[in-house]
Amino acid sequence: MAPNTLSAALLIARKDLAIEFRTRTAFFSAAVFALLGIVIFYFAWDPTAVAPMDLAPGVLWGIFTFSGLLGLQRSFGIEQADRAIDALLGAPISRESIYLGKAIANLVFVAAVQVIAIPAVQLFYGVPLLEHAAVLALIALLSAIGLVAVGTLFSAMAVNTKLAEMLLPVLSLPFFVPIVIPAAQATARLLAGRPAAESVGWLKLLLAFDIVFVVACTLAFPFTIEE
Amino acid sequence: MTTPSVPARAEDAAPAQHSGIDWLFVIAVLAIAAALVRVIYYTPFEAVQGPAQKIFYLHLPAALDAFMAFGIVALAGIGYLWLGDLRLDRAAESSAEVGVMFTTVVLVTGPLWARPVWGTWWTWDARLTLTLFLWFIYVGYLVLRGAIEDRALRARYSAVLGILGSLLIPFIHLSVYLFRTLHPRPIVLKPSAPSLPPEMLTTLIISFVAFTLFYLALVRQRYRLASERDLLELEEGR
Repeated sequence: MAPNTLSAALLIARKDLAIEFRTRTAFFSAAVFALLGIVIFYFAWDPTAVAPMDLAPGVLWGIFTFSGLLGLQRSFGIEQADRAIDALLGAPISRESIYLGKAIANLVFVAAVQVIAIPAVQLFYGVPLLEHAAVLALIALLSAIGLVAVGTLFSAMAVNTKLAEMLLPVLSLPFFVPIVIPAAQATARLLAGRPAAESVGWLKLLLAFDIVFVVACTLAFPFTIEE
Repeated sequence: MTTPSVPARAEDAAPAQHSGIDWLFVIAVLAIAAALVRVIYYTPFEAVQGPAQKIFYLHLPAALDAFMAFGIVALAGIGYLWLGDLRLDRAAESSAEVGVMFTTVVLVTGPLWARPVWGTWWTWDARLTLTLFLWFIYVGYLVLRGAIEDRALRARYSAVLGILGSLLIPFIHLSVYLFRTLHPRPIVLKPSAPSLPPEMLTTLIISFVAFTLFYLALVRQRYRLASERDLLELEEGR
């Protein structure tokens, strides 16, 4: 059961990523959106009053959630055309593997946007993010897992409502608060040159969030399928 | 591939026969009035804060009942996913709506009290932030309910969100609490319940009982409305 679930999940993730790789619509809009956000936030504050160093962590993780939403919206949106979701549900695979496959594809998507956004923040804000690449990658991974766990589930729900993609941010953003706060706080400590041990509490909070919501959302997903 | 969107059993849809006066509602309103009379005339002023502190007797009971309301939303959600009984979904729906109202009372009375006592309408204290996010989560819950036509789907999605919302609350609390303690700001401490003198504690308990009765009366009313709506949809053959 378990190996089948995983291999089916990887197959679905590959399908979604192949669609995305061939069309590149969502990725480009999310990447450009992230760059725009980074630039706009820089000009929204007076750089002589608020140091870019103080601004960068909040901007990075704030933009991370908003650009993530763009990819998440698409996750189940692409299955709406020709009711492709029915074929997916008719396939001899478990519901959990559909959810995990979608979540893995979204994780890759969000990570790819971060690969562009993090160097952009370093460039535009002049902060040494990449000097701490290893710890930053860990923060990004833990944040991204939590974000896609919740976002993938809500994406599956939002497409079946009258409001469709408009509903996704309203449902998701409160759930991203315990992701953005620890990620931004840990990054701020990193940039301030504090020892990594100071951020362990924040990383534990992210890890706990990931565990609770990956399990809860995997269990809840079969209930969100319209049959 | 659509499931029937209406309750299968008659008792799921049939509203209880009721006519005339809703006695629970009348008792609840009288209890609130009695609690207010006690708050205003028979409870001593707090030594430092003066009359402003009396808002405490509305603020804390409303907050406790709001938490209870959202707890019931989550429990009813688990029950619905397990048993598939629409009555549980109606209970969740009613409790969420009344809970949002109580949370609004908390968010309105809080700043009114904070202004004279803390000197500011709002501060990003852990408890304030949590209450604000609680409000956002359950307003989102009501928006979700309004966005789904299919009755069974609405019930399932609401149950999922109600359960996930209750799992989220400790995380928001922890993150805003850590945020606050790592960046301490001067804040006038709030008096806590156990240190209250007996007269004040009695008033608080009376007020809490009155608010809880009011919560029950409102949920009962709202539940009846939901039952009648479901019955109407059943008759319309939707």
